[in-house]
Amino acid sequence: MSKSPTTVVVTGLGATTPLGGDVPSTWSALLAGESGVRNLDWEGVEELPVRFAAQLAVDPAESIPRAQLRRLDRSQAIALIAAREAWQHAGFAPPVKRAKSGKAAEAEPGDGFVVDGDRLGVVVSSGIGGLHTALNSYDVYKEKGWTRVSPFTVPMLMPNGASGHVGIEFGATAGSHALVSACASSGEAVGYAIDMIRAGRADVVICGGTESCIHPLQMASFGSMRAMSTRNDEPQRASRPYDKNRDGFVLGEGAAVMILESEEHARARGATVHAVAAGCGYSNDAYDIVLPDPSGSGQAKAMLRALDDAGLRPEDIVHVNAHATSTPAGDVAELASIRAALGPVAEKLTVTATKSMTGHLLGGAGALESVITILSLREGIVPPTANLEDMDDEVDLDIVCGEPRTIPAGPAAALNNSFGFGGHNVSVAFRRAV
Amino acid sequence: MAIATEQDILDGLAEIIDEIVGIDKSEVTPEKNFIEDLDIDSLSMVEIAVAAQDQFGVEIPDDELRNLKTVKDVINFVQNLQQQG
Repeated sequence: MSKSPTTVVVTGLGATTPLGGDVPSTWSALLAGESGVRNLDWEGVEELPVRFAAQLAVDPAESIPRAQLRRLDRSQAIALIAAREAWQHAGFAPPVKRAKSGKAAEAEPGDGFVVDGDRLGVVVSSGIGGLHTALNSYDVYKEKGWTRVSPFTVPMLMPNGASGHVGIEFGATAGSHALVSACASSGEAVGYAIDMIRAGRADVVICGGTESCIHPLQMASFGSMRAMSTRNDEPQRASRPYDKNRDGFVLGEGAAVMILESEEHARARGATVHAVAAGCGYSNDAYDIVLPDPSGSGQAKAMLRALDDAGLRPEDIVHVNAHATSTPAGDVAELASIRAALGPVAEKLTVTATKSMTGHLLGGAGALESVITILSLREGIVPPTANLEDMDDEVDLDIVCGEPRTIPAGPAAALNNSFGFGGHNVSVAFRRAV
Repeated sequence: MAIATEQDILDGLAEIIDEIVGIDKSEVTPEKNFIEDLDIDSLSMVEIAVAAQDQFGVEIPDDELRNLKTVKDVINFVQNLQQQG
């Protein structure tokens, strides 16, 4: 007799974002329509075409000891902070430190469920990795020579470093992965985590994404591409998906991490289930390295494949957290893709674009927006799209703006879309836990 | 440069170890083995050696570094070099 397919559930949430140092503060700021975007105070910033970004609301040094922080890129440090929140939220026991010398661990495990490391996996992605480390280390090399370059430079700049550190901290020996697909990276991380559990390679997977690349080079690169908003005198109003006057995205930094678990494992330990991670769909535009296929067919395929993978029908979907970065072409094209994928159902669902408040977390976006989608389903309320004052004439779906919107009670599902340079399209389907 | 006393070197080393790996200064005593007692890994030892070179004005070649197992080994090494210099 064949085994019934494994249901994957979400039992823990963590986030460190431009809106707050954890999930509750981020969520309340989202519902209040607050912006995390601020002016940059760098020396020489006036030479850049864009002089604002959505920087983290908290300093990682407040929660990570100085010596540990020295050997973590900022993107890795914030992933660790988000992972710790998710781990605790899931009700797991604090990790026991393994000594390098091979001596027995000295830390005492506290209250909480202890996870078998061989059944625990990690998938924490980053689109770019340790950009700060790479560039700062090169400055050290040029100024002081090779002997002063930290021996931790490579592990700090490699894009799988965050996954490695999270794996070490929690003793995850089932596998550690870091899928890199630009702004779709952490959407893919969630999908891969679902697959790991379904395939029986782990009972619990720590998954998510992180990005911290608000650096002059990155601002110059995206500036050169003319991809970012240049609303320098009104930074908090700069990210405005679906607004007639949108002029590009706003760079953000942050991390979000979820605990995914087989339903059987979660129920056996009495865990609180926040949502069902129902499935994931992927597609590739195979069109251009940065531009999305204007037909939107790739994006629609990702959404249809997510429905298929999740065993959902279009009419089950009540909400879409859109990729919507606030670029002139991308946002409206995505609405057409949603319509193409979901048909008449598209008219009835709510769409929101939370990058209007968080900025675009690039490799961290898919994970943060997954957390937001899960909270929207769990709480029955969708955060608004901020700064939407003058709706683009081409917008033909129901965009939540102004105030948060309640969504129907009962069985329901939502999609979270993430699209990335390279042609990557990912859509993750979540179902309300009942 | 004036020759540092054993206590000077110990204090300086304890400060470096606290800064780089976050081990409290009081834990750093001469008989401690870096790997077995202080749980310091090889990459961190490279960082500590670079900082110690700056602080004490001596050079610690890689093949010498491998032989410095305890805090006392480093103190002796630095003192010997300073006396020669």
